[in-house]
Amino acid sequence: MDVQASSAAPPAPARPATGRPSWVWRRFARHRFAAAGAALLLVVFALAAAGPVVAPYNPERVDIVDRLRPPGAAHWLGTDQFGRDVLSRVVAGARPTCLAAVMAIGIAAGAGVVLGAAAGYAGGAVDGAVMRAMDIMLAFPGILLALVVVTILGTGLLNVMIAVGVSLIPAFTRLVRGAMLSLRQREFVVSARAIGCGSVRILGRHILPNVWAQVAVLSTTALGWAIIAGSTLNFLGFGVHPPTPEWGADLNTGREYLNAAWWMSTAPGTAIVLVILAINFVGDGVTEALDPALRRP
Amino acid sequence: MGAFIGRRLLASLPIVFGVTALVFLILHLIPGDPAQIMLFGTNATPDQIAGLRRSLGLDRPLAVQYGDFVWRLVHGDLGVSFISQRRVAEEIGLVFPATATLALATMVVAATVGLGAGVIGAMYRGSWMDVAGTGFSVLGVAVPNFWLSVLLILVFAVRLGWLPALSEGGVRGLILPSVSLGWGFSAIITRLCRANLLEALAQPYVSTAYAKGLRAGAVVVRHALKNALIPVVTLLGLQVGNLLSGAVVVETIFGRQGLGSLAVRAIQAKDFPTIQGVVLVVALVYLLVNLAVDVAYAALDPRVRYG
Repeated sequence: MDVQASSAAPPAPARPATGRPSWVWRRFARHRFAAAGAALLLVVFALAAAGPVVAPYNPERVDIVDRLRPPGAAHWLGTDQFGRDVLSRVVAGARPTCLAAVMAIGIAAGAGVVLGAAAGYAGGAVDGAVMRAMDIMLAFPGILLALVVVTILGTGLLNVMIAVGVSLIPAFTRLVRGAMLSLRQREFVVSARAIGCGSVRILGRHILPNVWAQVAVLSTTALGWAIIAGSTLNFLGFGVHPPTPEWGADLNTGREYLNAAWWMSTAPGTAIVLVILAINFVGDGVTEALDPALRRP
Repeated sequence: MGAFIGRRLLASLPIVFGVTALVFLILHLIPGDPAQIMLFGTNATPDQIAGLRRSLGLDRPLAVQYGDFVWRLVHGDLGVSFISQRRVAEEIGLVFPATATLALATMVVAATVGLGAGVIGAMYRGSWMDVAGTGFSVLGVAVPNFWLSVLLILVFAVRLGWLPALSEGGVRGLILPSVSLGWGFSAIITRLCRANLLEALAQPYVSTAYAKGLRAGAVVVRHALKNALIPVVTLLGLQVGNLLSGAVVVETIFGRQGLGSLAVRAIQAKDFPTIQGVVLVVALVYLLVNLAVDVAYAALDPRVRYG
């Protein structure tokens, strides 16, 4: 397999070879943990999309008679202090948690690509201004920057997405700028300029296609951080408002009932850990698949 | 060395300036009039609102307000808390030692566990201890510290009753919070230490040391580990940011009065002077630590100084 992969994707001298999609996919699928992680993520994203439809109960249905029931046949993961089904809340909670993380990555990658491309391609004063702004943002440790944004925008799930997204912008900007600086000097870019291509064409047709792979890798690795940061903000009470189910927020509610109902916080907590493990495995797989140089011996 | 520190200090001046500007702007970027938000729910008359605006200096031009903000800042004046009516600098001074203690305890936990697991993993590569260490570090980076905190409270405070769930001073109260914060941290150290040590052990100078007849322990500790530790020092510095972020959550869960829990309470109460003060202090501490790390790095590795 290794021989086949290396002879199939020789590093082309003109462009950084990331391989044709089918080879990339084959390399990814060979990474067993990554494949398992991807399968789990697919299930979680499907649950996030289907949400309440597949949940056994209405996640917000109050049933005082059945409150704080331990896991059993009727309620697989027990019930909470209002008799709401914990499994249904975990299923329904996948949507806000995943949506917040994916949107945050979208915001960070979008802004990062634009800022990084501008800084790396234009250079000079633009580069100086963008990178100083990033240095200032990086002076605030991750969650703190997100908290500053929440302070300014107010609480709510949308603002949590924006807050987490903003705190990830410097990472994407630096990555894209770095890639830009090296690509700008490459022969195929210089030749494109020599034959009279405009800046927009050079950026869009020649430079950015070579940046996507790196942005994709950073997006997967940053997704885990985005889930942790988003659920942290929800845990602290700055995100969804009750009774909306969300993993971080439900974990916080369960904290009050640790003595009487350990399952209330254990269920969403385990969901978070599984998703982050899956994302990390997928991240490792994507990194190795896109970069044959990192392939394990 | 002096020149290096000077250059590095000079380079961080614009960042300090930017940080103060951003912190200053927090109050002005919130939608609406800060005075009105502060008096929200108190049935304040327009006169009272105008009075508060004047006393906060909000009626003056932005540049003048910023100049005033920086002027007060360099005199150690961070304003007065809306909630407690106490000076913010004083409040921060009261809680700072608790956060510093937690950070230090976390560092000790993380470095001990991380270096231990990393060295064992590299020395006995492929053994069950190595596999256990790797599993532990894979899990460590996947478990958010708020979930670990809740889990540790559930097991060690609620079920077993060995340790207090609330962190009321003393060493016993420090164990659960520092382990909650330190696990993820030690996981990263384990990975880096193991990888670097494996690389170092493959170097010719290690073979030479073995050839001289040194025992394995001496080779690893005196020769290989010394070189493998340089990137770990940088990592420790970089992780201080995550540590301060984690303190926000862990202090809140364990009821510790620290910078992090002060920040959360201030945001919940829309106590802007306190938010500004805490954010500023944390950012400046972070910058200082990074500066210290760069200096330490330059001291450890001469190539950095002249790069």
